[in-house]
Amino acid sequence: MTVAIRATDLVKSYTPGSRALDGVSLEVASGEVLVVMGPSGSGKSTLIRTFNGLEKLDGGELDVLGVRLDAAHEERPVREIRRRVGMVFQQFNLFPHLSILDNITLAPVKVQKRPKAQAEQRAIELLDQMGIREQAHKFPAQLSGGQQQRVAIARALALDPEVMLFDEPTSALDPERVKEVLDAMRQLARDGMTMVVVTHELGFAREVADRVMFMDQGQVVETSDPASFFTNAREERSRRFLSQMV
Amino acid sequence: MRRRSLLLQVGVAALLLALLALLVNNLAVNLLRTGLGLDFGWLGRPSGFALAESALPYSPSDSYLWALTIGWLNSLKVIAAGLVLATLLGVAAGAARSSSNRLLRSLAGGYVAVIRQVPLLLQLLFWYFVAFLGLPETPIGGLIQLSNQGISMLGMPLSVEFCAVLTGLTVFTGASIAEIVRGGVNAVPRGQWEAFRSLGLSEGLGLRRIVLPQALPAILPALTSQYLNLAKNSTLAIAVGYADLYAVSDTTITQTGRAIEGFLLLLISFLLLNLLISGGMAGINATVLGRMRRSR
Repeated sequence: MTVAIRATDLVKSYTPGSRALDGVSLEVASGEVLVVMGPSGSGKSTLIRTFNGLEKLDGGELDVLGVRLDAAHEERPVREIRRRVGMVFQQFNLFPHLSILDNITLAPVKVQKRPKAQAEQRAIELLDQMGIREQAHKFPAQLSGGQQQRVAIARALALDPEVMLFDEPTSALDPERVKEVLDAMRQLARDGMTMVVVTHELGFAREVADRVMFMDQGQVVETSDPASFFTNAREERSRRFLSQMV
Repeated sequence: MRRRSLLLQVGVAALLLALLALLVNNLAVNLLRTGLGLDFGWLGRPSGFALAESALPYSPSDSYLWALTIGWLNSLKVIAAGLVLATLLGVAAGAARSSSNRLLRSLAGGYVAVIRQVPLLLQLLFWYFVAFLGLPETPIGGLIQLSNQGISMLGMPLSVEFCAVLTGLTVFTGASIAEIVRGGVNAVPRGQWEAFRSLGLSEGLGLRRIVLPQALPAILPALTSQYLNLAKNSTLAIAVGYADLYAVSDTTITQTGRAIEGFLLLLISFLLLNLLISGGMAGINATVLGRMRRSR
């Protein structure tokens, strides 16, 4: 078993005296799906945003695919990680002034220097895989939220990442659009992608996750396999959180 | 309700007409007092004065009209170059102000702060007397030659006066453009930065391809004002003796005593020039907005 992400004692503080991350350590194995749950403000989004350097660490150490990051890291290692780790955001964050196709091919062409035709062919394949091939020449605002989020997944996959990070990917969607995005993620997991998913979707966690990690107040409360987490959580805080979810 | 708005409109129109009538009356009275009447015949007479620089052949035996045309071309030259350079400087400084590099950020911040506090006239005099007149003879790599006679770039001679006005206008307007660009850039949602960063794009590429295109609709209207300001501010060229339209008009009026005609020509010239600039910018604006709307 190779380790994709190893985090040791991560600390992140936005305001002096309060810690968004308060000594978080964890490992994600290659090919594993880790679901991170917790109440809002528990630090779960901050945590996965440190994995590709969107948040700078104040303490601790990260090893992502063999590249080290710490509080003093420079720009170069971060760029290397970002080329190998895809990220999907709650608000999709598609580029509104570019067509769907250009949204997906921009990074492969500009960052990986792939030929444009080849990048476009790959983009069409990915859109096909996401079930939205016919949207290729539209602009983001012409698509529904669920379609936009699937474009965002395709955009991240176009760089052939080794790890995918999902930051509440379905939280901004209409309820009837959630399933199409979760289905795409489910397929990705089945294909063996290493995934870290911050989500409130209990069904997805129960069915797809290899492990569930529960966070509260910047700390890891417990990490379990989904079956025992949902039926028999060890910690009182986890049980209280689960009891409040429907 | 409708009647009141109609009354209001008629009232405003009457007020404007009255003002206009007053101005025309003043003009007529002034013309009568000087006993000259409105006359443009003098435009064909030889000017009798030399111009330090001219884009087209010119000598004192040429007409006033030709002298004014040369002045207009000199204005156009410094305005056109100023627009391009101020835009480049402004965009660079504006982008630098949102850079993650602290040195770049404070340099750009200091530039904007200092330049906006000092009157443009003083800045022009500074560039003329301190920066350019003080230049030693230094050929730089044979391509650019500096001296207190001016700058020769790739064999094209640029007078000290031109360089001073161009630098002054560029640096001054660039600072305002920098603030406009910064405002536009800040209006682009943080998520767009995070998205391009997470795709491994560099800051520069992300700025060029993702952020600036989205900032453009917010930037353009204010940018147009700055362009018009630059064109109007170019008349300060007279302070350092650059033969722009205003300087030539000034000499012409002194020599001919035709102040009213001279100012009318000056007004019309600048009106035309600025209409040209606003027209061009309106075209660009429409294109950009059209493209944004298509993507909505």
